[in-house]
Amino acid sequence: MPDIGSSPRQTAGLSAVWSLIGAFLQGLWVVLKRTFRRPITVQYPEEQPYLPPRWRGRIVLTRDPDGEERCVACYLCAAACPVDCIALQATESPDQHDRRYPAWFRINFSRCIYCGHCEEACPTYAIQLIPDFEQGEYVRRNMVYEKQDLLISGTGKYPDYNFYRVAGVRIGGKDKGEAENEQPPVDVRSLLP
Amino acid sequence: MNSWGQALVMSAAVLGAVLTLAALLIWVERRLLGLWQERFGPNRVGPFGMFQSVADMIKIFTKEDWVPPFADKRVFILAPTIVVTTVLLSFAIVPFGPSAGVADSNIAVLFFLAMSSLAAYSVVLGGWASNNKYSLLGGLRAAAQLLSYEVFMGLFLMGVVLLAGSFDLRRIVEAQREGWFVIPQWLGFVGFLIAGVAETHRAPFDMPEAEAELVGGYHTEYSGMKFGMFFVGEYLGIALISSMITVLFFGGWQGPWLPPLVWFCLKTGVFIALFILLRATFPRPRFDQFLSFGWKVLLPLALVNLLITGAIVLGVQGA
Repeated sequence: MPDIGSSPRQTAGLSAVWSLIGAFLQGLWVVLKRTFRRPITVQYPEEQPYLPPRWRGRIVLTRDPDGEERCVACYLCAAACPVDCIALQATESPDQHDRRYPAWFRINFSRCIYCGHCEEACPTYAIQLIPDFEQGEYVRRNMVYEKQDLLISGTGKYPDYNFYRVAGVRIGGKDKGEAENEQPPVDVRSLLP
Repeated sequence: MNSWGQALVMSAAVLGAVLTLAALLIWVERRLLGLWQERFGPNRVGPFGMFQSVADMIKIFTKEDWVPPFADKRVFILAPTIVVTTVLLSFAIVPFGPSAGVADSNIAVLFFLAMSSLAAYSVVLGGWASNNKYSLLGGLRAAAQLLSYEVFMGLFLMGVVLLAGSFDLRRIVEAQREGWFVIPQWLGFVGFLIAGVAETHRAPFDMPEAEAELVGGYHTEYSGMKFGMFFVGEYLGIALISSMITVLFFGGWQGPWLPPLVWFCLKTGVFIALFILLRATFPRPRFDQFLSFGWKVLLPLALVNLLITGAIVLGVQGA
């Protein structure tokens, strides 16, 4: 054992040893203090976690306040989807339905990455992501959702929004110029000099 | 022990108790680590997750018992049994109470040191027989680590032996009637604790299995119950080192009010918890750091401790 205190270098070394031992004991104490803390774990199936309203989870297709489908089958969601998990087919049948709508609408949730780009692309607030992530399935095929699985009866996040009431598109019972904040159509011939 | 029958009953009781404890420790360690990391740990199987060990045991017993084709088969199979056997044999000399314990020996401390040295063969041979580079590196580290800690472990224990004047663990416990040896031999206690952690290959001195750099070290190739033997051997080792610390430095079974066996179990339990706390706290040092720490710091300290203790004992006897 060296002669303690004989030179400044050795005393510095000894104090370093003491501070090292102190650091070890402090480490033990910091960990031991955790004994009296509550675990931060959320015991999931029994205890449900809080999901914020804007959580990006399961995708749904919503309806207008008057109960009609919002989706106009514009394909913007399918185009925006980075993993190509959305597929749909637009159709029109003027005698039954006064507007364009998807004949079928399919989302493959085994591919979906829940990025929300479809929701951002949607011009009619039809496609929405909701706070629900419990989509576990035993069979992969069951992850493919058809239109009847996606369509809900409510309006989702925008309860008062009605696309056809603000858009200048003619539908049954609403002619051009009758939408909210819409001027009557101008007869372009009257503008001629 | 008076008769063979009594000895048989005692060894069966110790074997049962120790193996149950080892199984329970699997759960205790995970719960305590969870507690110290602010989470729950296994709490689903049975009350407080207590039957987690049973679930683990069912899993490990029914797992495929596979021997790699490139391994040295006989040694590969033999290696895991060594650690369990030697640690269980060491329990034979532990005095659990004034009349409890399998065997009394006047060289008990030496027997313990011999068995703990033999236990290291398990790791070295396992690493060699696996015929795998990571395993071999683990075995290599175990061998080098063994050489460094065994030396100061024995030398630190000699301080206790000098004070008690005996290698007999029962007499060492009796000698602590006035005061625990941890007070005059605090350096010995710290040194023995460090050596004990290294001896059981526990974090922070688990360099032979260092998952971060050596995959699994010496047990990389082991699966099923052969791996389970290493695992059980490690937990048995924790229990053994904890009970040895209790016997050598903390007065063994002695204590007021409570029965001796309860005192022994309480003290041992505290040190088992300390082992887990050490694992929860410290990162693993580099391999060469531990070696130089052992040879350059702890070995000289052990010698100085021995010298001073010897001088004091001589002085007291001379006076």
